[in-house]
Amino acid sequence: MAALINVPSKARRGDTIEIRTLTSHIMETGFRHTADGTLVPRDIITSFTCRYNGTEIFRADLFPAIAANPYLSFFTVAKESGKLEFEWIGDNGYSSTASASITVE
Amino acid sequence: MIFGRAIAATILLVVAPALLAGEIPPDARRSGYSFMGPDTRAMQDDDTSNPGMLFVLDGEALWAKKTGNLDKACADCHGDATTSMKGVAARYPAFDKALARPVTLDQRINLCRTNHQQAAALPYESRDLLALSAFIAHQSRGVAITAGDDPELKPFVAQGRDLFMQREGQLNLACTSCHDDNFDKRLAGAPITQGQPTGYPLYRLEWQTLGSIERRLRSCMTGVRAQAYDYGSPELVALELFLMSRARGMPMEAPAVRP
Amino acid sequence: MPTTRRQFLSLAGSVTVAGTIPIVTLRPLEATPAMLNPAIRNVVGEAQIRTGKVKLDIPPLVENGNTVPMTVSVASPMTANDYVKSIHIFNEKNPQPNIGNFYLGPSSGRAQVSTRIRLADTQKVVAIARLSDDTFWQVAADIVVTLAACTEEMN
Repeated sequence: MAALINVPSKARRGDTIEIRTLTSHIMETGFRHTADGTLVPRDIITSFTCRYNGTEIFRADLFPAIAANPYLSFFTVAKESGKLEFEWIGDNGYSSTASASITVE
Repeated sequence: MIFGRAIAATILLVVAPALLAGEIPPDARRSGYSFMGPDTRAMQDDDTSNPGMLFVLDGEALWAKKTGNLDKACADCHGDATTSMKGVAARYPAFDKALARPVTLDQRINLCRTNHQQAAALPYESRDLLALSAFIAHQSRGVAITAGDDPELKPFVAQGRDLFMQREGQLNLACTSCHDDNFDKRLAGAPITQGQPTGYPLYRLEWQTLGSIERRLRSCMTGVRAQAYDYGSPELVALELFLMSRARGMPMEAPAVRP
Repeated sequence: MPTTRRQFLSLAGSVTVAGTIPIVTLRPLEATPAMLNPAIRNVVGEAQIRTGKVKLDIPPLVENGNTVPMTVSVASPMTANDYVKSIHIFNEKNPQPNIGNFYLGPSSGRAQVSTRIRLADTQKVVAIARLSDDTFWQVAADIVVTLAACTEEMN
């Protein structure tokens, strides 16, 4: 499954930078029925976390009202060069990760 | 009935010129993009916020993945898609000499799989088929559409045009009734577009996934309460071919985002 | 702001089940406006909720309720002593009142989050921010959702 991460490759120390993430997931609400009346079980991402050199800088709880292929944009202050790690966790043991590096001058 | 035939022939002569009444002149053609609001446009404008690009990424991986009895990947024959596939989607549906009929890009992918990879054909609208067609079509972004130029396609373009002009369904509407005669007006809350097929496969907010032009045509047919043609049917292929030839010269946008 | 953005594309390792399920488009039981308040109280407890500081950007007339772009921002200096701890988004008429909870901190730099949401009907969306002094601030927006003209039956 693919993920799209948009992080500036370079930033000045102290700059506020935007981080944008998009990941593949159907986000099945658990409120829909098939033609024969069977409830389609919920299958969503329930949690997203972003860590910056190991420290959590942003976290989200997601509900069925988040659209398929969840998109999240948020901000952080560029403090030091290093790695941003992204983790999506969801129903049925779903787990997916991605990372991006940033140079801070 | 000789009299009747004479009338029919006369009408044909009047109607025969290239541009039928109600058809959109070339310089008045507009992509569905121009009918969308700023938020939906923004979603298409930035690749990292366009969910269609998730499928392109998957397609890129599939392009290089060996499959089938021959254990061959698309890349083993076609090499780097950024060069070998540039402009290809803008020419599809294209005439296949062996089959003596036009085939869509989806059908070409499956012909490649069955003939050259000895792999099972991928089902219509399956994630893998959409991913491959999105990856291939993405290589033609900005390329002008030329589908339908092949003289062998002429009768099939004509068939597609007839289907486009033909009223159908319980609402007794033809494609042309909305998309030539009433674009820019609204149907319920949504703007009616010209139905230019520049962005397929595209990410539709309604679907919350990528879909082919055939899926879109089928939902239109359901909308006018007509029996939708089957995926891959000669009618849907002819309609796609006509729509592409009608958009001749317009730039490809795949994977587009639409409401 | 930095000069270049790198577009980092990755195939993330993951486990999921892909498959298409034919779906009937009947809308299930709806949340009632009465469910909104308990959901909010579940987050803020008995605290007073003031109006202000929070801004909610959603197109007032959305193109499709299945994917609605939304941005929420809070007027805050985002310093070590004065920052936004969390932002909570609720809706009135989806089957469930919660949309998302977002946890920030002083290192966020800017209290702003964007996502894409589902709105089953024309309804109110409420955003509530919890600041570092544990005060709660809110804003509400009325969103008109038009249903697509040619909705797709099972294909």
